[in-house]
Amino acid sequence: MSRSAPDRLGGRAAIAGIGATKFSKDSGRSELKLAVEAVHAALDDAGLTPADVDGMVSFTMDTSPEITVAQAAGIGELSFFSRIHYGGGAACATVQQAAMAVATGIAETVVVYRAFNERSGRRFGSGVTRREPSAEGVALGWALPYGLLTPASWVAMAAQRYLHTYGLDAAEALGPVAVTARKHAANNPNAYFYERPITLAEHAASRWIAEPLRLLDCCQETDGGQALVITSAERARDLRQKPAVITAAAQGAGRAQEQMTSFYRDELTGLPEMGVVARQLWQTSGLAPGEVDVGILYDHFTPFVLMQLEEFGFCGPGEAAAFVREERLPLNTHGGQLGEAYLHGMNGIAEGVRQLRGSSVNQVPDAARVLVTAGTGVPTSGLLLGADG
Amino acid sequence: MSQDDDALHERLKAYEGKSAGEGGRGPDPVNDPMIRHWCEALGHPAPPDGSAPATMLQVWTMAGYNGPTGRSENYLEMFRLLDEAGCTSIVATDCEQEYLRPLRPGDELVYDSVIETVSPRKTTKLGSGHFITTRMELRVGDETVGTHRFRVFKYAPAKARKSSEEAATKAKRPRPVVNRDNAGFWEGVADRKLLFQRCDGCRTARFPWLPGCNSCGSQEWTAEEASGDGTVYSYVVMHHPPFPAFDPPYAVGLIELAEGVRMICNVVGVPYDKVRIGMPVRLEFAEVEDDLVLPVFRAEEAV
Repeated sequence: MSRSAPDRLGGRAAIAGIGATKFSKDSGRSELKLAVEAVHAALDDAGLTPADVDGMVSFTMDTSPEITVAQAAGIGELSFFSRIHYGGGAACATVQQAAMAVATGIAETVVVYRAFNERSGRRFGSGVTRREPSAEGVALGWALPYGLLTPASWVAMAAQRYLHTYGLDAAEALGPVAVTARKHAANNPNAYFYERPITLAEHAASRWIAEPLRLLDCCQETDGGQALVITSAERARDLRQKPAVITAAAQGAGRAQEQMTSFYRDELTGLPEMGVVARQLWQTSGLAPGEVDVGILYDHFTPFVLMQLEEFGFCGPGEAAAFVREERLPLNTHGGQLGEAYLHGMNGIAEGVRQLRGSSVNQVPDAARVLVTAGTGVPTSGLLLGADG
Repeated sequence: MSQDDDALHERLKAYEGKSAGEGGRGPDPVNDPMIRHWCEALGHPAPPDGSAPATMLQVWTMAGYNGPTGRSENYLEMFRLLDEAGCTSIVATDCEQEYLRPLRPGDELVYDSVIETVSPRKTTKLGSGHFITTRMELRVGDETVGTHRFRVFKYAPAKARKSSEEAATKAKRPRPVVNRDNAGFWEGVADRKLLFQRCDGCRTARFPWLPGCNSCGSQEWTAEEASGDGTVYSYVVMHHPPFPAFDPPYAVGLIELAEGVRMICNVVGVPYDKVRIGMPVRLEFAEVEDDLVLPVFRAEEAV
């Protein structure tokens, strides 16, 4: 059972810098190069130099080790380095790791990064047909001989049950999530889908990928890198940018959790791992859903955005489709992964920071509290970020 | 598109607007026997006023068995460029005609043609190449009587399909992933039995196979044979991307067994678009490939 008491991390660290490469479909350079570029951009943004960095965190899925990025970026000795597992579920947890290191004095300035050529290199959307007979391989192996091979299909299995349970129509329930993301991306020059909004009718007419998911329920694939600089809240106040204080950070795995194939537990109508994250974020921050100004919710596929809103208590079970349609919370103001870029959720954290700085392309007036989440369908993580003071 | 493709297209575009042939002459004047043969062959009523059906336009200028003559040096040069670039095949794709006045027996047609457009490199099922559109103007004396826009695709043929043997090797389904923890399940399948685990400690039924119980942590368990009854708990219809071993669209079900555990399986005996949540299904074993037996579930009700 996960904790059900506030933790002591809240408020002690802040995101002081954000930096990204151009998001593209074919970067033309190595993943390591992208990582280094993103790290430099984040340090520049913070007004720091590679010499200031003493910690680095990334994803186990990243192909560029901390030491190699450090070596190529001009970063010297490290007193802290760490990797988080479970794909996009790692995003907010990299910030949590960094914040813990900073809060305990293990490190002073930690850079977290994720960079890949996910579009021009190995595409996750192309599916999996072979796995090693490890525990991890066997877990996915139950689905493979039957042709359930892609991330879209694994999400679709839960989505079908969700729609059935609440009597929802796929296009009506999922369309508003896609339309909202593309509306925001249309204003974002860094978004792949800049100036290309879509309508509900276009969503509903897009081709099937894995029923009940259509093409426009699935995020794009991207080449790019994103890095963030985490330091103590106190030090962040002396740096170039307005700090985005890490009000609360949490990881969560559910009971009988699997990676994308948690089909054998519960009712398949929610994301219990995100429920673990939500409990911890609310308890540590003392905040309630109504006090959040902006939601940056991981959107590799539209159905899990709905389930996240329900897990966080923004609305009741089965009510999230109406919640999104009625625009009751500014959602994925950068355009999300559906609209801006698929960067394993790291670009969403950067958007949370921009909202608190007042520099988002879809700025929510006086945004002071932002919820950011990481990958869904896998063990995951989340952040509540707050304006300083 | 590669830079080479761009460079070739630039060179081809230079031919746009240039003549493809000047002063061409129909081999015969418009004549009654040809009109009669054409109408008979196509089941077309012969126009009562003795004129030629408008859609015969091309008949009067068409090259005979000896092939076209009078093509311009430009046109031939452009084709040589394409041949050298590997675009050695050609197929006519479409034509558009305008009829400005009826043609009558005795009319003698002359024509000029011009290279109107050359498309950027395009890839079709046939191969990769360029669409070339020429426009022919047909005259009788000084009077323009019709136009004929003709498009061809000049292309490098796509590689022939892989040999059937290669395709068969490639088209194998992903194999089950088997290790010490789940080997018992696949041994059961080999004996045409669907085995799940039951915890010896708390009696909880367990699937997928794992060495210990998630409810109580006990490491003691016994394999039990499933009755074979189940219902569709959820399902997906797979459309994209295609995998060689599967033939989309196809349905993949999440089956809840009567014993309370769930497993991913194909649903058979029902079209992919008729699978529904709650549908009763019954276990079968299918030899889906020579060396691959899988449990599957057959829909019990005829749909």
